[in-house]
Amino acid sequence: MTTIISLTILGVLVLFLGIMKKQSWLLPVILLGLVVSMVLTIMDWNAARSYYHEMIIVDHVSVAFSTVLIFSTFLIFSLAAHYYRGVQRPLDDIYGVMIFALTGAVMMTSYGNLIMLFLGIETLSIALYVLAGSHKEAITSNEATLKYFLLGSFLSGFLLFGIALIYGSSGSFDLHRISVYVASCAGTYPPMFLAGLFLLIIGLAFKIAIVPFHFWAPDVYEGTPTLLTAFMATVVKTASIVAMFRFFTHTFQGIHGVWETTIWVMAALTILLGNLTGVYQPNLKRMLAYSSISHSGYMLLAVVAFSRMSDNALLLYTLSYSIATISAFGILILIREAHGNDYFSSLNGMGKTNPLEAFCLTVSMLSLAGIPPLAGFMAKYYLFTAALEKGLVWLVIIAIVGSAISVAYYFKPIMAIYLKESNGVKLNVETPYKVHLMFMTLLVILIGVLPFLVVGLL
Amino acid sequence: MLTVILILFPLVFLLILLSIRQEKIVRQFALAASLIEFGVAVAAFIQFKTSCHCNLLFTADWLATLGVSLKFGMDGISLLMVMLTTFLIPVIILASFSHAYPKPRAFYGLVLLMEMALVGVFTAFDGLMFYIFWELALIPAYFICAVWGGNDRIRITFKFFLYTFVGSLFMLVALIYLYFRTPLPHSFDLHWLYAATLTPGEQSWIFVAFFLAFAIKIPIFPFHTWQPDTYAAAPATGSMLLAGMMLKMGIYGMIRWMVPVCHNAVQEYAPYVIALAVTGIIYASVIAIRQGDMKRLVAYSSIAHVGLIAAGVFSLTAIAMQGAIIQMISHGINIVGLFMVIDIIEKRTGTRTISELGGIAHKAPRLAIMFMIILLGSIALPLTNGFIGEFLLLLGLFEYSAVFAAIAGLTIIFSAVYMLWMYQRTMYGPPNVITENIPDLTWPEMAAFIPLVVMIFWIGLFPGLFLDVALPDVMQTLNFIR
Repeated sequence: MTTIISLTILGVLVLFLGIMKKQSWLLPVILLGLVVSMVLTIMDWNAARSYYHEMIIVDHVSVAFSTVLIFSTFLIFSLAAHYYRGVQRPLDDIYGVMIFALTGAVMMTSYGNLIMLFLGIETLSIALYVLAGSHKEAITSNEATLKYFLLGSFLSGFLLFGIALIYGSSGSFDLHRISVYVASCAGTYPPMFLAGLFLLIIGLAFKIAIVPFHFWAPDVYEGTPTLLTAFMATVVKTASIVAMFRFFTHTFQGIHGVWETTIWVMAALTILLGNLTGVYQPNLKRMLAYSSISHSGYMLLAVVAFSRMSDNALLLYTLSYSIATISAFGILILIREAHGNDYFSSLNGMGKTNPLEAFCLTVSMLSLAGIPPLAGFMAKYYLFTAALEKGLVWLVIIAIVGSAISVAYYFKPIMAIYLKESNGVKLNVETPYKVHLMFMTLLVILIGVLPFLVVGLL
Repeated sequence: MLTVILILFPLVFLLILLSIRQEKIVRQFALAASLIEFGVAVAAFIQFKTSCHCNLLFTADWLATLGVSLKFGMDGISLLMVMLTTFLIPVIILASFSHAYPKPRAFYGLVLLMEMALVGVFTAFDGLMFYIFWELALIPAYFICAVWGGNDRIRITFKFFLYTFVGSLFMLVALIYLYFRTPLPHSFDLHWLYAATLTPGEQSWIFVAFFLAFAIKIPIFPFHTWQPDTYAAAPATGSMLLAGMMLKMGIYGMIRWMVPVCHNAVQEYAPYVIALAVTGIIYASVIAIRQGDMKRLVAYSSIAHVGLIAAGVFSLTAIAMQGAIIQMISHGINIVGLFMVIDIIEKRTGTRTISELGGIAHKAPRLAIMFMIILLGSIALPLTNGFIGEFLLLLGLFEYSAVFAAIAGLTIIFSAVYMLWMYQRTMYGPPNVITENIPDLTWPEMAAFIPLVVMIFWIGLFPGLFLDVALPDVMQTLNFIR
């Protein structure tokens, strides 16, 4: 709860700074504010309780994932100074809307009531529609926001309809009461309830970009300003998957026979299709979009498994995925700046001209591909263990095949960096940006070598 | 403790190496580092022989909740593999001196990283640690071959990476699956994995998963298609690392993990695996005879030789298992020597096509002598190292099945044919325009050859030292079968 309050105050503060024309104060205040709310969040660790008739629940899961969300946002804001450095217009609106989006994301990790879930999703989504179109001059950005808005609002309707149907049959929005209702049904569920459940799945699957509801993702990711794409691919994805995880494992666990197969198939399709399509992408940004789609498939493994390990597995996975992805987007920003595009050929010879940035990108690609001893490997290992504990052998084998395919595209940038001749363009990077990239790379390595710092918390 | 030092030393040296400013002394430093590492390995060997049979074990918690621990140790088999690795790395580094590889810091850094990963693979007594080091070894190998390699290296090395990566992923699933079949509380510890209870069906699946990973690495026919191209495209140092040590990871993995864990499936499928291996021996030998490129010829000969080792392992007899271990060492020494010879010829003449060479023996007698000694080791002449290994392997295989042994025995004849024919065409005859002015070996180059030659004769004349070290552990491995 303190998290949501402090983030809301921070968002309002940012807007006020804009009114007072203190543009140079924005980023320091935001970064400090994020650190403060992260500390406040962590202080709630042992203070598990619920607020407003269980509208909001603060427990280990919500604290841990809120921290991941705020930390990812912190990493993204640290890239913002460089990304927006030539921009003349005031930025308080973009930054403020990002903070509000984060608030919505935090609500999605700590809801105890379906109304709160819907509020969280809408707070996040409406902010995102604005952010996707925040580069007003670019036609691609306009296209992205229109696509995202039309589809997103339509799918929000599905979600709301699903919630209404569940309310209609169970008589409550409250997760705990719904789970009591589920238990009382004793195996026979009214069609209205099942229809509601599946509409809910569809609505959330759209937000996470799970096959077959993923078609919007590559286009929207490509058109959205790169910094905000990083936000979409990490914070939004983490929040949505945690929202899904929360209600499946806590409320609908009793009827896992009903939804298990659906999620199983969705996970398998997402992993295979995401990875296969990723191989054929012409540029880095679209490739990262498909990479993020396939990773949501892996995260679904934790939902299907819902074993005693899957909370920890999901935590490690979202954290390592987010850090590696933000690091990759950090390099992508530099590439697009220097070359005006992000075709793989733009990366040629980067190992010679910019060895440090090249190394950072390589580590993040290897981590996303799941190669030991990096964070991505440990995350996959935990996930696979959680899934195998439930006996999901075939799903794990599909995931393994997906990982093998993914190497085909994660190695494209690596091959361009080290094996192709340079085209002579040197990236211009300030020292703080470099330090930040190094910091993320170091984290990826550190989490891989010392995963017990993260897992075992929940 | 020595085990941990062996793993950590290359990493420490790697970090120091990256901070060296002058590029000129980088390779001297790398050589010194690898020699120190070899010294530590020798110390471990002496401790193992003299004081106790205590396996030099090191244990520490890593992921206690999941039963993963930092458990490293060395029994006889591991020790010999570590000795081989630490012995060959300085030789390989010395042989690379005549190349002015660009970006030496990155190059020698990767070599040291590779050494660390290899030692880790050979000493891991924990399933997940084994997997982590197994994959870690792939990264430096890939970069060494891809960055410093020759023609068409990007496509070829990527194929190599993908192939081996896919194989090992299945091993990962098998390991995690095994983990859940270990007695409670589950653990990745070697001996817990040995104690896993598996139904026959499960054993078969785990066998298949392990076999894919190891067969691709070794490589066993028909999983070998990445190998000749990769050896040919890799830089000389890369080929030596791959052929000398990396493929031993696969055979070692079979002996250490596969045979004890799925012992019933191993017995059941042994005839099929041996059949594959023997097919590979004949197939690769026939192709080797037709090769015009020296490096590709040696690459195919390597498939034939390791095919025999794999067949020996699966004959599941003590003699063949001993032979496999000694032959792993011999093969590592011989093939590194052969690649060194080819590298030297290629450097001086600009070609390694057999038909363009000839008469080198007249102009470079020292090179010709070294080549001959290594070649004799490779074709298993008595008194050389190759003989001991192949003799034991064939003897063990004969105990298992006379037919297989007879077919596999053809490898000795075949290898004599293609090796000696290659020698004749490159070394004898009149010198031509290309080989007219070929200079003989310099002393630094001799220095790289001498340890190899010494080992060829040492193992050939006094194999007892090496056989004794591994014997108790070989018997222990075979106890799982009975």
